[in-house]
Formats: sequence, C-alpha cells, structure tokens
Amino acid sequence: MLTIENLHAAVDGKKILRGVDLDVKSGEIHAIMGPNGSGKSTLSSVIAGNEVYEMTEGNIVLNGEEISELDAEERAHKGIFMSFQYPVEIPGVSVTNFIKTAINSSRKAQGLNDMPASEMLKKIRQKAELLEIDTKFLSRSLNEGFSGGEKKRNEIFQMAMLEPKLSILDETDSGLDIDALKIVANGVNKLRNKNNAVVIITHYQRLLNYISPDFVHVLHDGKIVKSGTKDLAHELEAKGYDWIKEDSN
Amino acid sequence: MELKEKLLDSHFAFEEQSEVNEIVQNQRSSALRIFQEKGFPTKKIEAWKYTSLNSILNKDYVLFPRTDSNIELKKVKQYFLHDIDTYKIVFIDGIYSPFLSDTTHDGLDVCLLSAALSQIKYKEVIDKYFNKSVIKDESLTALNTAYAREGAYIFIPENKVSEKPIEIMHFSTGEQKSLWLQPRNLIVVEKNSQVQIIERHQSLREHNIVTNSVTEIYAHNDALVDYYKIQNDLDSASLIDNTYINQEKNSHVSVHTFSFGGNLVRNNLNYFHKGQHIMSTLKGLTILKDKQHIDHNTLVSHSKPNCESHQDYKGIFSDHSKGVFNGKIYVDKVAQKTNAFQQSNNILIDDKATINSKPQLEIFADDVKCSHGCTIGQLDEETLFYLRSRGIPRKEAKALLTYAFANNILQSVQINVLKKRINEQIAEKLGVNLGFDL
Repeated sequence: MLTIENLHAAVDGKKILRGVDLDVKSGEIHAIMGPNGSGKSTLSSVIAGNEVYEMTEGNIVLNGEEISELDAEERAHKGIFMSFQYPVEIPGVSVTNFIKTAINSSRKAQGLNDMPASEMLKKIRQKAELLEIDTKFLSRSLNEGFSGGEKKRNEIFQMAMLEPKLSILDETDSGLDIDALKIVANGVNKLRNKNNAVVIITHYQRLLNYISPDFVHVLHDGKIVKSGTKDLAHELEAKGYDWIKEDSN
Repeated sequence: MELKEKLLDSHFAFEEQSEVNEIVQNQRSSALRIFQEKGFPTKKIEAWKYTSLNSILNKDYVLFPRTDSNIELKKVKQYFLHDIDTYKIVFIDGIYSPFLSDTTHDGLDVCLLSAALSQIKYKEVIDKYFNKSVIKDESLTALNTAYAREGAYIFIPENKVSEKPIEIMHFSTGEQKSLWLQPRNLIVVEKNSQVQIIERHQSLREHNIVTNSVTEIYAHNDALVDYYKIQNDLDSASLIDNTYINQEKNSHVSVHTFSFGGNLVRNNLNYFHKGQHIMSTLKGLTILKDKQHIDHNTLVSHSKPNCESHQDYKGIFSDHSKGVFNGKIYVDKVAQKTNAFQQSNNILIDDKATINSKPQLEIFADDVKCSHGCTIGQLDEETLFYLRSRGIPRKEAKALLTYAFANNILQSVQINVLKKRINEQIAEKLGVNLGFDL
C-alpha cells in the first residue's frame, strides 16, 4: 500500500529525516517508535503533505502512485489520513458540518455529487454508535472546549467517517488517561480491516498494549535503525532507547 | 458650488418648509454656525487621520429629495426580518413611507421624529432629550442637527418591554442620481424597560448616496437596549453614523455593528455614563473587499464608579479594502472599580488590504481594570493544514477558518432570526458554501 524509499526531509534548512525506508501492506499495523527529536512527527507530517517540511530526496508511493508532489488535500482524496497530536479548534463549525464538508470535498475531487443528507446522517449515526460517541457531541463546535480525550476521539471519528486507506496516528496516546486511551484504541481496532493500514507514531509502547502492531520500527536520528515484531516494543519499554542509540552509532 | 456652501445656503429654504418649536429652531441655527465654522473634518484632525471624506465631498448632491418615490414591497421584502413580527419605520429617499411602515402609539411610541418635533404633546420629551447627548462641536453631528427633521422617534415608557423588535430602514431608490441624507433618530427608554432595534441603510440600485445620520439613545435606570446596525450597502453608498448613548444606573446598552459593504463607512459610537453599575457592550464584525473603507471610532466615557464596558471588534479585509479602529476609553478620576475591556482582531486576506488600529486609553482613576488588545494577522498555516489533511481544498479551508473567526461575534445576538440571517451573510461574503443547517 505505502512504500517509502530513502526519504529525506528538512525544516527551515535543518535536516531531520535522513533516509527512511518503510513498506506497509494492506491489513497491516505498523508502529514507529523513537525518542524525542528522532523525527517521528516529521515523518507523519511529510507523508500527510505538510508544506512546512521540505522533502529533499526519496519517494512516497501510495498504491503504485508517487504522491510526494501532491497537496495535502489531494493526498487526503487518495486515502491518506492523519490523526493530529494537537487537533485545531474551529468555533462555529460543528463536528457534523465539518465532517460533511470534508467528505463532500473528497467526493467532489472524485467527480461525485454530494452525499445525500439521509445517507450522511445514517453513516454518522452508525460510526458514532461503533465508536460509542454521544450524538450530542457531534453538534458541538469542532474541538472547541474539548478535553484531550474528546479531541482524540473526534479524530478517530473523522477517520471512521472518511474511511482512509492509510491512517497515520501521530502521538495519539499523548495526554490521554488510561480510559480515554482504551476508547481510542478500541475505535482503531474496530476500524481496521484487510483493505486498510495503520501507522502508529508513538514514544511509549502503552498504546500498543491495546492495538497490536504487526511490525515495530525504531526511528533514531532520522533513520529507521531497527525493525521487528511486537516484542521489540516490549524490549524498548523495558530497556529504554539508549541501547538503540548506542547500537546505531 | 462647493458642498459646504450649498449646505449653508440651503438652510433657509429648509427652515421654511419644516415647522418646529422655537427651541429646536435655535438648536438648528447654532448647529449650522458650528458647521459653518468647522466645516467638514479633514485628515489633519487626529480622529480622521486615516479616513478622507474628499472622494465623497467633491460631488454635487440633491439635499431635498422629491416626495413621490415609492417602491413595491416585494422589491424590499428581503431586507426585513421574516418569521417574526416587528415594528417598522421605513424611509424611501429620506421620506417616510407609511405604506411600508408599521408604527404604534399603543403603550409605546414608535413613529416619526418629524411628528415629535412638530406636535405639542411631544414637546416635553423633545425639550428634555433632543440634541442633549451629542458632542455639539463635532461638525458632522452639527450639520445633521442643522437639518434634523426626519427619522425614527422611539419612546418606551417605564416598566415596558417592547415585545417586537423595531426595524428602522432607509431605502434609496436611485431616482436621484446623487443624494445627501441626514436622518435623525431619538430613542428614549425609561426605567426598567427594554427594546431591540435594527437599523439598516440600503440602496436599491447604484447611485451616489451619502447618509450623515445621528442617533441619540437614552437608557434610564435598569433599561435594556439591544441595537443592531446592519451595514451591507452597495459600493456607491457611504454612511457616516454618529451614535450617542446616555446610560443611567444599572442600564445595559449593547450595539452590534455588522459592516459588510458600502463605499465608505464611518461609525462614531459614543457612550456616556451617568450612573453606577452600567454595562456597555460594543461588538463589531467587518468583512470588506474591493476598495471598501470602514472606520470604527468608539468612545466609552466612564465617569461613574463600578461600571463595565466590553468592546470586541473583528475585521476581515480582502483586496484593497481598508479598516480603521480607533477605540478611546476614558476613565474619570472618580470612576473607581471601572472594568473596561477592548479587543480588536483583524485578518488581512490580501497583501493590499490595510488596517490601522489605535487603542486610546485615558485613565485617571487608580483602582480600575482596563485591558486592550489588538491583533493583525493572517490565517495560520498549521491550522489550514489540519483542514486540508481532511480533504478540504485550501480555498475552502481558508473560507471556513475565516468564518470561524467571524462567527463568535454572532454569539451575543439576541434575535434568533437575525442571527441566522447574518450567519448566512457571513458565509456568503466569505464564499463558504457548506450547505450549513444553521
């Protein structure tokens, strides 16, 4: 589904990614772990198309198509979704209206008409039920006054509605208590299927107690220095990142 | 002939055609002398530094429009509030339209200033209030006073809540190629009474029109006045709005100014406190494009202790549009425990758009809470990225964020149908087509 080759990226002229390779197939969950400053968030932003980051070398291929020249919205239309570490607040625009706008933007890009209101409503209800979201929540202004947990749940709700091929969860566990973490993880588990894929970006392995990854990669100094199975995450939890740093130096 | 000379020379003819009592006549005459002496304001005056009237003053205007203009209801229906019943005071080219109006004398007076100025039963009120709250040596106000004859007269007696909002509407037909109008409104809200008022000036087709309007509002003890100014005129229309508000103890006067159009709009909004525990609210939302120009000039004069004022102005400027915000807060030395808040936030959409923002705080009391803030910015790229990552294209994402920025000024609008209408106008002005079920 997603193939990243020799990805280099910089921000304000400062090199952050120095040759990342990653291959994610349909139905897989990958976790990318790493210490602070290793380039985790840069990697997710570059895949999603944030123009603040300059991609200087390499390829990002989604389902056989090179997407590194595409705008963020075009990547979204092709099925890339990123759950933000800090989702933005938009007063005056309800969660429902926001998601309608997003869905119809993608449909428009694909030459489709707006989704009929009844169908939209049905879908919203279904997904809200699946993720155990109170429908009152959907009429509130997007992220305005939401707690940390509510914001992350709202991200997963958007993911459910947009049905992306590839979801990148950027530090989704940060700032969540254990109950909120379980709810979010549960949502992700319900949404995964053999046709989509998930990349989890995280510092800690605690989210991985609830979402079981097929592969775990360690990012250090802008490169993936170690890959393995779920066991690698446990090892990192027990031993920290220092041994990786030493190994790779 | 220069406009100033024309205005001075025409006054005699004006006096001949309008009957008023001697006191009002004297006020008009002395106001004319002030205008004669001061003339129109120029950019040399600090309060007019960023707004030049030259482009509107170098034209010729009809001062006394014909009295036979009429318009069909269906042509103007869209400008009125729907779904709720309202009182209406409607003027066409400055002349009262009984056909479009819906006035009352049942428990409250919603009628014409011309009637109040000429009929003996209103003399007491006119003598007590007319021209008593204005800044007399302000030349445009003086010019209006000199020609004060027509406008809205609203009198709400003690302990009365006006069940219906009152719409003051000024339509101009364009039958006169160039028209100079000077409406004058007098609004008195007695003790413990409430009223909601909506004022709008609307050209029905492109023509040069300048409206130099003066409104006096008197809010007595515990009165509640909720006033909305809708400024969404054609680009050929200019408006100078001079509003003077006198507040007594425990009163709350709130003015929302929605400025979405017009060639040049100047709002002089002045609050004077005459008692304690007063609340003054000033909210403004400006969305301009092309070469439109707005100037919000506010004054809140805190002269009594324990009062509050709250100002919140937002502006969104595209193309070559220009905005000015000049907010003065004066706190007298006796006005202890004053709580004055002022905020002006602006977004410049295009490089050629400008905003000049100037807070002016003059504080002579030592135990007060005053704050002011001003921001001028562009939309945040990170925030835009969030929307774009959801598939919303840049242009729509920008519109949506601007809409969100503007929207919160609406939260305090008390009339739901008006709130909905303005919300739709904001979406339309910003090119947000989201099919919102608002």
